[in-house]
Amino acid sequence: MAFNIYDFTSFTQSIDEALYEWLPPFWALIVEMTIIGLVFLIGYAIIGLFLVYAERKVCAFMQNRVGPNRVGPYGIFQTIADFIKLLMKELVYIKNSDKLLFNIAPFIVIIASFMAIAAIPFAKGLHAIDFDIGIMYVIAVTSLGVVGVLLAGWSSNNKYSLIGAMRSGAQIISYELSVGLSLLTIIVLAGTMQFSEVVELQSSGWFIFKGHIPACIAFVIFLIASTAETNRGPFDLAEAESELTAGFHTEYSGIKFAFFFLAEYMNMFIVASIAATVFLGGWMPFHIGSWEGFNYVMDFIPPLFWYFGKTAFIIWLMMWFKWTFPRLRIDQLLNLEWKYLLPINLVNILIMAFIVLMGWHF
Amino acid sequence: MEAEKLKEKILEIVPEAQLEENKQFPTFLIPSGKFKSLATRLKEEKDLDFDYLFCLTGVDWGTELGVVYHFTSTSFNHSLELKVKTENRENPEFDTVADLWRTAEFFEREVWDLFGIRFTDHPDMRRIFLEEDWVGYPMRKDYTDEVNIVEL
Amino acid sequence: MKEIINLPVRSIEEEEYHINMGPQHPSTHGVLRLVVTLQGETVMKVQPHCGYIHRGIEKMCEKDTYQQIIHLTDRMDYLSAHINNHAVCLLVEGALEVEVPERVKYIRTIVDELNRIASHQLWWCSFGMDLGGLTCFFYGLRDREHILDIFEESFGSRLLHSYYAPGGLMQDIHPNFQKRTKDFIKYFRKKIKDYDNILSGNVIFENRSQGIGVMSKEEAINYGVCGPSGRASGWECDIRKKYPYAMYDKVDFREVLSDKGDTYARYMVRIDEMRESMKIIEQLIDNIPEGDYSVKMKPIIKLPPGEYYQRVESARGELGIYCISDGNKTPVRMKFRTPSFVNLGVLDKLSRNMKIADLVAIGASLDLVIPDIDR
Repeated sequence: MAFNIYDFTSFTQSIDEALYEWLPPFWALIVEMTIIGLVFLIGYAIIGLFLVYAERKVCAFMQNRVGPNRVGPYGIFQTIADFIKLLMKELVYIKNSDKLLFNIAPFIVIIASFMAIAAIPFAKGLHAIDFDIGIMYVIAVTSLGVVGVLLAGWSSNNKYSLIGAMRSGAQIISYELSVGLSLLTIIVLAGTMQFSEVVELQSSGWFIFKGHIPACIAFVIFLIASTAETNRGPFDLAEAESELTAGFHTEYSGIKFAFFFLAEYMNMFIVASIAATVFLGGWMPFHIGSWEGFNYVMDFIPPLFWYFGKTAFIIWLMMWFKWTFPRLRIDQLLNLEWKYLLPINLVNILIMAFIVLMGWHF
Repeated sequence: MEAEKLKEKILEIVPEAQLEENKQFPTFLIPSGKFKSLATRLKEEKDLDFDYLFCLTGVDWGTELGVVYHFTSTSFNHSLELKVKTENRENPEFDTVADLWRTAEFFEREVWDLFGIRFTDHPDMRRIFLEEDWVGYPMRKDYTDEVNIVEL
Repeated sequence: MKEIINLPVRSIEEEEYHINMGPQHPSTHGVLRLVVTLQGETVMKVQPHCGYIHRGIEKMCEKDTYQQIIHLTDRMDYLSAHINNHAVCLLVEGALEVEVPERVKYIRTIVDELNRIASHQLWWCSFGMDLGGLTCFFYGLRDREHILDIFEESFGSRLLHSYYAPGGLMQDIHPNFQKRTKDFIKYFRKKIKDYDNILSGNVIFENRSQGIGVMSKEEAINYGVCGPSGRASGWECDIRKKYPYAMYDKVDFREVLSDKGDTYARYMVRIDEMRESMKIIEQLIDNIPEGDYSVKMKPIIKLPPGEYYQRVESARGELGIYCISDGNKTPVRMKFRTPSFVNLGVLDKLSRNMKIADLVAIGASLDLVIPDIDR
């Protein structure tokens, strides 16, 4: 790296060392965890609120509307106002619902997305935990969200919710395969599952360029499958407002509904940042092989900018899908996964393995 | 088929039918007992081929209750109007034509709902607009409802 | 113990359950209630329950004069209000044997077709929305707004106009009417391509609609499914061609037909009908003759005793009015044969053994307007 000012390793390290110097190790750990927790909580809320605002503006742009424009300049405080409204709303008590599961479900959904965000590197040295199986961890944790969705549908004592939950279960479990396999294609190329290493390896070029066609195919499949995994249109069958009113969260109100809502957007952010990290180099600037001068100029742009730029681009792509395509039917959705994406993916991994064996990648 | 020939044909099938003059369509008053057999022949005979029941109306003529059927043939493009009447206001009943023209299923339910005319062998003889426990048949001329109807 | 053994064994596949779609449901476009019997996601049976917006218009008509009845017909199929008014006007004029001026016929035809386009636009946007493409909704409403603006300027209201009166029109058209209509046609010729781009050619849309809810021509006739839905099954049921009224026998237009009979065909027929309507308007808009906008009618209209049947092609299909008069100022019986009511009857037949999502698509493709069902 040419610019150490953008390297957060020494910064985080110095905080860590200072804490351990002042406090006994146990309390230092507790304080550290609290700080990280708070930072993530605030970041989570800000990103979530911003994404809701962004979606409303993007869809307004696509539907030749203005979008929110009343609260604050350009309506940027609209989502905050909405959130306050949701906080103050009554939590409707549902007769004959399974109260424990009904109350737990939104938390499961939101905790799953919260856990996944821990492993994502925002910049060099700026991530909570750098697992050596980071990618595997993220796949495992994001799929926990479906448990919350299933519980929500089951415990609401509402047939629409139940249909939505069952759809969601079938859908997420199927598309999990494609997400995993398309990431596996890149793992074959990278030879590691650690996010920091995956990013470092892309300093000479992003994996989507390095891995020839198989990487591009994997990227497209990941995009499709992750859109389905986050329950977003055109795969929003779990909610399918014109069929199931609101699907699994029909009976939720107030802050519990807001949790589902926020978790949906955060899941979108998480899959977009995984796509950005694994395929588009994460916070790594755009480098071309041995063009020293070009790479040097690119390094001037801070990594957080690169990271959020790429993520925003992928989120924008997903919003574009959502607001232009009609919704699929459940059997077509499963056909797409099991008959098309999965076989393509398996062949794709083989090709990628062959390319790596022959050393044909850059 | 020409209107005159059609009239002759109907009178041939049901001699008791009364022809009504000066109407938009050839119009007959059919005795309710003969109606179902006539309807079946209208639907099934090749040169009549009345395959489209475009309107089915329940009417209260004051003393008589009845149903007016409008048929047309999409192949020959001739139309026919049939009426059945009854003076039984307590329990009026006619044969259903919902098995011949499926479009009659909803029309007949509407007539039952608003006029209280039953159709025998109808597959689903329930009220269609009003609640099941509604008392009376609102479209009848002698229906009174002091609470809900505002007299102009 | 014995009783338990004697219980009938039921497998999971036999388990049926019901869900209530409506009266408040996003895809029933109003207060229609469908009791859907389901096996898993497969629809076994659909039972429509109507009457949530039943106002007894037919009963009210028995107390009203013919001029007043026109205002009630607006409220039946509120999306093609002009066409409903037209039916009553034609009925009264036919019974009294009044010949309306040429100008009135021209204006009525143009306004009817504008109304038909507006209705199809709203159908298109709600169809897209039912299939999950929310953007369609705003595209359709954007273009419909232009027509409503024209209506507002000329007739003073946007939805329930009551513009036609027996013997002619309530008032003359606004001086801007012709220019704005021509501008709209020019504008919409470009914009209708958007409709094709965003929905018609989309792979997901084609998969969702092709081969779904197939209705043969015989079924369409037997169930009386008229209008664009019937024509999608290859049934030539356009009243404008079969029993021409107003200017329809003098203008050149194509009766849009399709032989597929599925949801996609019903969709394409309506899209093409919008093009045909524009063609009709273009032929007439420059040639509106000068003259009176109404003939003098008696303040109290009394139809001669007798029975009258009048039909027009509304945006949803054949609208028939059967009227029995005894010579008084109010009719003895006024029956509205509304297209949505008849088309609803086929919903159960078409959506059996389909998925819930298909039920929504089929319902949307039949273009049901709930006040038109309930009256």
